[in-house]
Amino acid sequence: MKQSQIRVLIAKPGLDGHDRGAKVIARALRDAGFEVIYTGIRQTPQMIAAAALQEDVDVVGLSILSGAHMTLCPKVVELLHAQGQEDVLVLLGGIIPDEDAARLKAAGVHAVFGPGTTSAEIISYIRTAMAGA
Amino acid sequence: MPWPDGWKCKTFRILGTPTECIEMDELNGKPQADGSQSHTNPGKLSTLKQAWRQNTLAPVISRFPERKAKFTTSSPSIVIQPLYTPADAYPESANAGEYLRKLGFPGEFPYTRGVQPNMYRGRLWTMRQYAGFGSAAESNRRYHYLIQQGQTGLSVAFDLPTQIGYDADHELAQGEVGKVGVSISSLQDMRTLLHDIPLDKVSVSMTINAPAAILLAMVIAVAREQGVPPEKLRGTVQNDILKEYIARGTYIFPPAPSMRLMTDLFLYCARHLPRWNTISVSGYHIREAGSSAVQEVAFTIANAVEYVQQAIDVGLDVDHFASQISFFFNAHNDFLEEVAKFRAARRLWAKLMRQRFGATDPKSWRLRFHTQTGGSTLTTQQPDNNIVRVTVQALAAILGGTQSLHTNSKDEALALPTERAVEIALRTQQILAGESGVGDVVDPLGGSYYIEWLTDEIECRACDYLERIDKIGGAMQAVADGFIQREIQESAYASLRAIESGDQTVVGVNSYQGGATLPEETLQVDEGVQNEQIAALAALRANRDQSKASAILRRIEDAARTPSAPLMPLFVEAVESNVTTGEICDALRAAFGEYQPSSWV
Amino acid sequence: MPKPVPTQQLIDSLLRGDRLALARAISCVEDDAKDAAEIVRAVFAHTGKAHFIGITGAPGTGKSTLVSALVESYRASGVTVGVLAVDPTSPFSGGALLGDRVRMTSHSGDAGVFIRSMATRRGAGGLAKASAEAMLLLDAAGFDCVLVETVGAGQAEIEIASVADTVVVVEAPGLGDEVQAIKAGLLEIADIFAVNKADRAGAARTVAALEMMLETGGAAAQSIMHHGQRMETGAAASESDAEGGWSIPVLETVAVSGGGVAQLRDALERHSAWLDESGGRAEREGRRLDHMLQTLVQAEVLARLERGLAPALRGELVELMQRRQIDPYSAAADVIRKLSR
Repeated sequence: MKQSQIRVLIAKPGLDGHDRGAKVIARALRDAGFEVIYTGIRQTPQMIAAAALQEDVDVVGLSILSGAHMTLCPKVVELLHAQGQEDVLVLLGGIIPDEDAARLKAAGVHAVFGPGTTSAEIISYIRTAMAGA
Repeated sequence: MPWPDGWKCKTFRILGTPTECIEMDELNGKPQADGSQSHTNPGKLSTLKQAWRQNTLAPVISRFPERKAKFTTSSPSIVIQPLYTPADAYPESANAGEYLRKLGFPGEFPYTRGVQPNMYRGRLWTMRQYAGFGSAAESNRRYHYLIQQGQTGLSVAFDLPTQIGYDADHELAQGEVGKVGVSISSLQDMRTLLHDIPLDKVSVSMTINAPAAILLAMVIAVAREQGVPPEKLRGTVQNDILKEYIARGTYIFPPAPSMRLMTDLFLYCARHLPRWNTISVSGYHIREAGSSAVQEVAFTIANAVEYVQQAIDVGLDVDHFASQISFFFNAHNDFLEEVAKFRAARRLWAKLMRQRFGATDPKSWRLRFHTQTGGSTLTTQQPDNNIVRVTVQALAAILGGTQSLHTNSKDEALALPTERAVEIALRTQQILAGESGVGDVVDPLGGSYYIEWLTDEIECRACDYLERIDKIGGAMQAVADGFIQREIQESAYASLRAIESGDQTVVGVNSYQGGATLPEETLQVDEGVQNEQIAALAALRANRDQSKASAILRRIEDAARTPSAPLMPLFVEAVESNVTTGEICDALRAAFGEYQPSSWV
Repeated sequence: MPKPVPTQQLIDSLLRGDRLALARAISCVEDDAKDAAEIVRAVFAHTGKAHFIGITGAPGTGKSTLVSALVESYRASGVTVGVLAVDPTSPFSGGALLGDRVRMTSHSGDAGVFIRSMATRRGAGGLAKASAEAMLLLDAAGFDCVLVETVGAGQAEIEIASVADTVVVVEAPGLGDEVQAIKAGLLEIADIFAVNKADRAGAARTVAALEMMLETGGAAAQSIMHHGQRMETGAAASESDAEGGWSIPVLETVAVSGGGVAQLRDALERHSAWLDESGGRAEREGRRLDHMLQTLVQAEVLARLERGLAPALRGELVELMQRRQIDPYSAAADVIRKLSR
């Protein structure tokens, strides 16, 4: 059970600039009592991994709407593992077809949240995962 | 007739010469700048309407015959006039003065009721479906399909690398090529994209901003190959960089050089492409980012005011470029608010252009706009419901007087649309156009107590924002300070909370859930597109005259470093020398630097 | 949830400059975890090398962008930089939204830069303790220079910046009628003023207002008293320059385009050299360590107080007082006796 403050990195990998979802989720997580580090748009997997490390986050939340998820998300997971952050919870939000979601989960993404997911669902997912950790 | 008080709430400084004064002059019978017959002192509205029919409407109809000789309702004996006014509904009490000041006649200042005298009785709006994905050849096939289905204009979606000025073989393009639009790295790609599209007949609208000038240069070059001279080209480049910093994120350069690219394009088009819309000032993405309807109007118009001011500051005459400015709005679900929003925007723009910027050509006063139905209102749950949402939104755009319309496909919350879904979306427009009869009369909701009150209300509230932005120092400054972004984020968050708390109903999402959701057939972009594009680029670079390509890139960089040196002619020359989008942007990056986002709540 | 790493292993890795170990050690001091003290004890001998720079100013002055530009300047000359970006915790939720990285993305992937966002969390005492310890950890991990960025509002945030070796107060035109720093009480702690966004209207006026404040002595005198230096007034400051005093420069910067950053960097180097020559560095360090000592003692006393004043004990004593079996003074003395055991 994690006693300390839960820290979450919210990042937008790739070139997609539609950050409404990422920003409202960042705020909702803040209002749920998490410390949220927001990186902004156009992040490469390398940038995201570096931020996750320096900020020592518990959770990395990625938001992608452009369809580049199959290229970018496994890369983020791979880099996190390579730098010793196998324990970080990796979440993905965006427009992700079911078959891609299955493949991403196999690649180490813990959960995929599609359009229409409420912030309460995401918050509760994180809390449950952290309580079990 | 009890006209609302909202109208008189304030006389806004931002509008320049106080509204009341000018309008009273008009009412007192001074000649109007738009050449229409001046309205003699408010008297009988029916007489004024007769005068409008003779002087404004009749000349238009004689040049462009209406769609039908006679319009009727479904009861054949009820014949529909082009326009109804208080004189038709309240013959006893109609107040001509107030009517003229607030609404006017369609095709006349302040254009509340529409920019053309007879609107859709003459020509229907342009049905323009935004499309593009994968390779240029695939997109070209989709365009031909849409034209066969009765679409009347093209709207090109580019992929993100193209929009951000990276070629398909750039490292950052990995996984993005062909995904949200078509990949255009070179003139060869543009040639394929527009293959067999007669550019003298079909207008081409391109959603392209930071590298707009380069993509336009490619269209000019392809047209030249087709034997179509630039002056015959019709179409639009979005070219609206401020909203990229605000909401959409496909910026490349910092604001100042971006503004220079924009005014350079204005200047070039005023001279060589008089029928081209040089900018499409976009509220669409501001709304998608979570703004309210009022904010959509306010921030879009604030951006437009900044562009006009920038162009004037570099020495352009407002009447030389203003008629080439077009707008792009969203249509969301609050049907009546949306109708009022379009009317308010039109009236506000007319007043700003005439009174604040002193434009004298009526063409400069007219706010012409494209509308797209609201992407963020689509749901993945119960996707068939989206067809109904799109219908309501499209109807609002039509009743709001849009010039062209994109209707979203029901599956667009999931993926790029399939051909079947696009067909339903296009048929929706065709049903509204052909079966509903709403296009047979001008501004049918005009005069509704609620619509008129709400039109005033939205205009007033937008004016409040414009005043605040003026105080900050204009839209560019307000964007640099993060003011506009913060306002939108507040609205976006409030709207999330409203939906999650159930205050705002979304059918299938927070009420009436259940039923079949998925799987639906969705369109998958072939992952092979990137490899094909990489190979094509390698071949292009191997086969071109490299010394020529390097020379023109050097000249572009030099010109970019020289304040106000013309750039457009160099771009045309560059693309014709098979220099790529990414290479030109790199030369500009070297001179201009890149934008670093600087604002977050 | 990080896998538990033996504390000694974490310390060894940190001292070798391992970034993950550093990140986790900072989390330990932030969370006030039980091994935080052990980590700080172990690395303390390895500290005392870094140049600590506090950067503070009102919201909207462009601090983060200026920090980013400074980092770029340091990196260009091979200096490694740690950045601590402190932002407020929401008093309502206890959460925080930390967005300073948005303005620092260009340094991502540079192993010579380490950026850490820190929320104010438990307020004054907790923040001062955590940030002072995080600064030591960055120092121990080998960073040549540590930039601590805080919002110049709130006593705690100002205090953190004020214990640095060099304090840069960032100001910008157009944020209101007054010079923000005067309002916020930041004048007293500045070693350098940076008027950022200097390309905007009103910049010259802001510079003039600051210079006047310094010349008329009010601020300078306070500043001198604060820093315990020899100068008496602003006018004396320029005289005493010759004798090795420090006269506070007012610089113009345009962080977004890098304008004036070289001059700011130069002023920072000059201040650093001056600290070495004048003995100011030892004095500042002394002040910093004294401050740390105070906060540690205060934190410990507060913690004991909280433990000692457990609701059950308090309820018991209140009841006794109500029955007049004990008076308030004796009750307090009773609690204090329990605390000091």
